[in-house]
Amino acid sequence: MVTSLRPKSGPTRRYHFPEFHDEVLSSGIRLLTAPVKKLPIATILVIVDAGSVAEQRGKEGIASLTAAGLLEGTNRFNGAELAEKFEQLGTSLESGADWDSAFVRITVLSDKLEEATRLLGEVISSPVFPEREVERLKAERLAEILQLESEPRGLADEKFSEFLYSPESRYSRPDEGSTESVSALSREDVEDFYRSTYRSGGTTVIVAGDVTPERTRSLVADAFQKWPTGSRKEAQLTTAPRTKARKIHIVHKPDAPQSELRVGHVGLPRRHPDFFPTLVMNAVLGGLFGSRINLNLREAHGYTYGASSYYDWRRGAGPFVVSTAVQSEVTAPALTEILLEIDRIRSDKISDEELTLARDYLEGVFPIRYESTAAIAAALATLVIHTLPADYYDAYRKNIHSVSAEAVLAAANAHLHPLELQTVVVGDAKTIQGTLAEPKFGELLVHNG
Amino acid sequence: MGLHGGQFKTMQIPIDTFHLDNGLFVTLSEDHTAPIVAVNLWYHVGSANEKPGRTGFAHLFEHMLFQGSAHVGSNEHFELIQRAGGTLNGSTWLERTNYFETVPSNELALALWLEADRMGELLPAMTQEKLDTQRDVVKNERRWSVDNQPYGTMLEKLQELVFPASHPFQHSLIGSMEDLSAASLDDVAQFFSTYYTPDNAVLSIAGDFDGTEARWLVSEYFGPIPKGRGKPALPPMSLPSVFGKQLREVVHDDVSLPRLFMAFRSPVLGSERYYAASVASAVLGLRKGSRLHRSLVRERQVAADASAFTLDLAKGADLLVVDVTARPETGTAQLEEEVEREIDLLHRDGVTEPEVKRAISLIETDLIASLQSAGDRADRLSMFATYFNRPELINEQADRYREVTAQQVNDLVSEQFGEDNRASLLYVPKEGIEAEGIMAAAVSTG
Repeated sequence: MVTSLRPKSGPTRRYHFPEFHDEVLSSGIRLLTAPVKKLPIATILVIVDAGSVAEQRGKEGIASLTAAGLLEGTNRFNGAELAEKFEQLGTSLESGADWDSAFVRITVLSDKLEEATRLLGEVISSPVFPEREVERLKAERLAEILQLESEPRGLADEKFSEFLYSPESRYSRPDEGSTESVSALSREDVEDFYRSTYRSGGTTVIVAGDVTPERTRSLVADAFQKWPTGSRKEAQLTTAPRTKARKIHIVHKPDAPQSELRVGHVGLPRRHPDFFPTLVMNAVLGGLFGSRINLNLREAHGYTYGASSYYDWRRGAGPFVVSTAVQSEVTAPALTEILLEIDRIRSDKISDEELTLARDYLEGVFPIRYESTAAIAAALATLVIHTLPADYYDAYRKNIHSVSAEAVLAAANAHLHPLELQTVVVGDAKTIQGTLAEPKFGELLVHNG
Repeated sequence: MGLHGGQFKTMQIPIDTFHLDNGLFVTLSEDHTAPIVAVNLWYHVGSANEKPGRTGFAHLFEHMLFQGSAHVGSNEHFELIQRAGGTLNGSTWLERTNYFETVPSNELALALWLEADRMGELLPAMTQEKLDTQRDVVKNERRWSVDNQPYGTMLEKLQELVFPASHPFQHSLIGSMEDLSAASLDDVAQFFSTYYTPDNAVLSIAGDFDGTEARWLVSEYFGPIPKGRGKPALPPMSLPSVFGKQLREVVHDDVSLPRLFMAFRSPVLGSERYYAASVASAVLGLRKGSRLHRSLVRERQVAADASAFTLDLAKGADLLVVDVTARPETGTAQLEEEVEREIDLLHRDGVTEPEVKRAISLIETDLIASLQSAGDRADRLSMFATYFNRPELINEQADRYREVTAQQVNDLVSEQFGEDNRASLLYVPKEGIEAEGIMAAAVSTG
């Protein structure tokens, strides 16, 4: 029979996040290079300070449309030719925009790096944004929005943002734009957004993999010769909540067998001084499989396949949210348990077992997160986007380790706000509405899906 | 054998193998570039092995493996691995079930011991209450990923459409609610003793470990587990190389856009012709430079998205699936016509050399990128060992793809893309879901 003696941990082996070189090229572009010698492969990730928060009111979706439009042609090649050229090199150019930045990325075998980087430089420096392709990309986004109407998870996320933030906040509206805003965008809008935001002051090129800083320096300097200097104008972002009163919104989806639940409030900006205690607090609350919310809803009650909570870390205060999908019949009891768990972590110190589980997990899993060149490049992008110190990853585990149960309790009290919780339920209103009309859930509002 | 802090030579990963006396097949692949190690177990059992009336059982059983074993408490498996700073999960497929963890390398012994404890002595920890809870969890997984998700029924409907009634691949992987309700503790005990035996499993370890120590740990923990008594043979799996006729099903569902899944019977994973089929699938639908994307999304603008993939089944026959979502203004009839036209064109004229070169270049980069992760390396080793008894196939894949010629792809295309080998699963939005009275205005009861 298998021995009942549990093995002890062996001696810890050292790990360092890959060393990287950080420099500013004469063009004004910042270049980060992380040599990783394991496989003949490299990831190039370009990030530009041209995310959705840089959009003007009424132009929502322009950041994504511009990032997508980059791939649709240059002076020399049309979009189909570009796709063909990259793919013949064994790579695909991906681009997009999130709240804080736009990105362009490839992962390529290192013997194709020169050619791929030159082509990437051309794509991002001299896009022509053909009218026909811009209209096609708009139509594809409109199709995606239509798909969302029958997709409960995406719909719940979108409605949650809408009910969470003040209508003046960019965060209250879909990051890739709505039917109304996207329909109104034009090729000229794309051109304008590109000209005003894609500039050297807001651009960082990150290269991770089988490279040296010398090689990337000359490659990137070559590829980005024609890059305009300057930075975009700082946009004003408000992250005010829509209301401070607890409310519950049912978004009706007839005959839905489950309720998609989102419960939360406006959270914290990434650069908040309580980042580490809040991270550990959330791990105990809903960030791990063994967290309180998952063990309660899934393992004790069988209400769901999974339940979790997270802070969406953005430059501005992103949402704190508890997310799950439960069988329709148990929507009210599941919500009651979520509210209880939020109250409980604010009232008593977490146990030593919980504290060490969360800390040990976050410290231990750290090297596992950075196995691939794409993951290392993404980690470096986080440094740039949030202006974190160069030793951030070296200090990460020490910072996690120094979080105490008292600090977790303080973070829970300071950064969880039970009275301000907003709940969104995408589900069958006929089945669940009666059970959710209780004062403890807040004012009940029902909306047509 | 080991590779110490260097680069994988010519993209070949080192492989060492051995068997325990109880039949456990072990594969080892060292790499000391980061202090992490992946442990991966494949049990050669999946939904194909389920009895009639017990659809979904292999997957429900997978959930039970996280409910504790003789020396491990309920949910403690998850806790111990996460406390060690590791990641873990399991998954169930038609032909296999896998369990895996990636941990800091000083925790290898823990991961191996946990896997051994549940392979050796699961049953003392099984209770009716745990089964009932996991049954509810799995039913909610079904609601979440199948019933309440647009196109979520795709896999089970496709299986039903393309495999004959008696075939082990014909029934649902996640299972029906009725069959999940019927599963008992007796079923758990029987399934465990039949399939969860060392001689029906492959254990792979990849990453930062010492070969001698790993061998010792594996023998120590897994050695005492008795060999199984053999498992019942699967019913005959082999199938004609084509469907023999056109198959078609229309599903009216709660979806916003029409979407067509067109499936083709295709040579099994690992066979000579598999590589040509995989390349054909990439020519058709891998990334934006692929035929379907270029033609239907970019040029003709009738589709919002288009792709193609193979299921990678290793027994009987594989399926190559083309997946095209219509633009809102494209009708369902037009969607079907457009896709059929592309397939007819491919079948008639074949593929070009540059198309094949593009596909192989992309596949090659993906193969190499996937070697970066210890967990992925361990999983591929387990796969090749389970299906073909040859873990070293992991190092032959890039060459196998590079050897594929346009001629081979064209032979494959002319045999598999004809009208006698097409199965269409067409999703159509339900007509006007009627607005209900309660919706008219926001109702406040607060």
